[in-house]
Amino acid sequence: MEPENKISPEMAVAEADVRPEEAGEFVRGTSLWRDAWRRLLKNKLAVFGLIVVVLVTAASIAGPTVIKRSFGFTPDYIPTNDVKLIRSFPPFTGPDGEFSWKHPMGTDNAGRDQLARVLQGGQISLFVGIIATLVSLFIGISYGAIAGYVGGRIDDVMMRIVDVLYSLPYVILVIVLLSMFRSQTPRGQLTLLFVALGSVSWLTMARIVRGQVLSLKNQEFVLAARATGVSAPRIIFRHLVPNTLGPVIVYATLTIPQIMLTEAFLSFLGLGVQAPLASWGSLAADGVQNIAIFPWQLIFPGVTMALTLFSLNFLGDGLRDALDPQMRTI
Amino acid sequence: MILLEVKDLRTYFETDDGLVKAVDGISFQLQRGETLGIVGESGSGKSVTNLSIIRLVPDPPGKIVSGEVIFKGQDILLLPSDAVRKIRGRSIAMIFQDPMTSLNPFMKVSKQLMEMTQLHLGHTKAQAYEHAVRMLETVGIPDARARAGSYPHEFSGGMRQRVMIAMALSCEPELLIADEPTTALDVTIQAQILELIKKLKQETGTSVILITHDLGVVAGMTDHVIVMYAGKIFEQAKTKELFAFPGNPYTKGLLRSVPDPTAEQGKLYQIPGLPPDVAHLPPGCPFAPRCDRVEEICRREFPPFVELTPDHHSLCHFANEVYAESTEGNRD
Repeated sequence: MEPENKISPEMAVAEADVRPEEAGEFVRGTSLWRDAWRRLLKNKLAVFGLIVVVLVTAASIAGPTVIKRSFGFTPDYIPTNDVKLIRSFPPFTGPDGEFSWKHPMGTDNAGRDQLARVLQGGQISLFVGIIATLVSLFIGISYGAIAGYVGGRIDDVMMRIVDVLYSLPYVILVIVLLSMFRSQTPRGQLTLLFVALGSVSWLTMARIVRGQVLSLKNQEFVLAARATGVSAPRIIFRHLVPNTLGPVIVYATLTIPQIMLTEAFLSFLGLGVQAPLASWGSLAADGVQNIAIFPWQLIFPGVTMALTLFSLNFLGDGLRDALDPQMRTI
Repeated sequence: MILLEVKDLRTYFETDDGLVKAVDGISFQLQRGETLGIVGESGSGKSVTNLSIIRLVPDPPGKIVSGEVIFKGQDILLLPSDAVRKIRGRSIAMIFQDPMTSLNPFMKVSKQLMEMTQLHLGHTKAQAYEHAVRMLETVGIPDARARAGSYPHEFSGGMRQRVMIAMALSCEPELLIADEPTTALDVTIQAQILELIKKLKQETGTSVILITHDLGVVAGMTDHVIVMYAGKIFEQAKTKELFAFPGNPYTKGLLRSVPDPTAEQGKLYQIPGLPPDVAHLPPGCPFAPRCDRVEEICRREFPPFVELTPDHHSLCHFANEVYAESTEGNRD
């Protein structure tokens, strides 16, 4: 750059153009995301949600390993040798009714540690929720953005397909899918669950993105991009999709608990996750059979799930407020 | 040398209200290095003319019905859309009216500038970035390197318009179309932006089409002027000639409505009535209902395009008379 003694009249005028508070020394402006983040931190419920979600996620990921290191058993460990151990203990109780740190949530009917089971279930529940949401993001954004940008007849056809899929009762669809392709292995069953949940969860996302794109594509910056020779796919994915990110993020955070709930529901019915794998839904299903005698078998997975879902919803609501276009000043 | 020749361009819009002939038989030529002004009231077809030139008329409802747009010997209207895309931004660049909305709010300024040269000149990321910073310096953004990483909302209106100009000029286009580049800016910034366009035009030798409804801007910037009304060219002349000897009652009316700061404070002249509804034009002259020298023939027959001098044309039944009046009136 030129040294400062060579200021031309144009430069002088240009300097006057800068807002007063920025004159002199260049100030880094705050970005949209930083503003949103600051607003999110002001929302107590959202912060609570964020903390719980982070804790549950971290515990689910690290928990089973930590338990194995400290107590020497895995979530699937069934004590076979000692008949005395193959039964359900209340929380913080050892085989002879004495106080023990070994099983803070008690054990299930087969003597497996309930805490380890819940954490393992959390892994799968969160995994299902996140993967299915990513699938819905991927399909929903592409589908909605293309329909919205191209418009006309193609848009009509694409959105009618979505309408038709919408009108099918998706639980029945998922049940049919799962029972038609019933897999022999628990892993195969899990994959099927991903496919089934992912294939129905993108519909709303597609609608949201299409609506956003419809309102954005008539803005002048799209015309300006076209006037500079940018191709249609590039306009859609480089210019339009980033502009829809606010609502998309909000909806995605609200999709995760929704899908986790569906997964729990399906597992509860015995269609989802199969033993020896566990999810919060399948644990609750096991627990509900013994609710009168061993209430902790239902309470712990149920409460963990409810708390996580609450927190995710709080977080989603907080994000919606933080990213609200009415509140941000562009 | 002729850079751009538009022949009998017609762009119509299909609306619920009927067929709107937004541009109806426009012809003009633009020499290399020349500046052409297009003036007219809102809805006279100025912008649609220029969107038609680079084939960006929203379709539907718009449609270029007929005509030729010959740019460097090629008819743009006949080219495949891929070829047109290579011309857009590379050879013909546009600046839009509202700088507040014509930059992508989610993209860094540098990224938007880089997109141009990466697309058209095959620049690598590093080259494109250097070029972007250089362009920002050229258009007078202070501290360009630090500012390049900003988002558009961190810029003021005038600075955003500078960025738009930097974008438009970054591939050194042969033709720059500026569609009311200063309408959304306040007066002091307007002058700066116009000065900038003028300066860059002299440096790069770009031809410019300047669309505006500000006659003062036209007088200061352009070599030729086209006056449009209801999708038609009403008068076409060298700028000096048009301002000195208008040959059309509409142009005369426009010139009279420019406020004169030296004159006594009085009532500002305005052309009576409103611009016509282009979907339902009367059979005769579209300006007839507002014209102060209207005669019976004006309402009945469409006026001829009269050649006053080889370089000066006017669409009026009485073009010669109006021209004669102006030449006499302004001789002394």
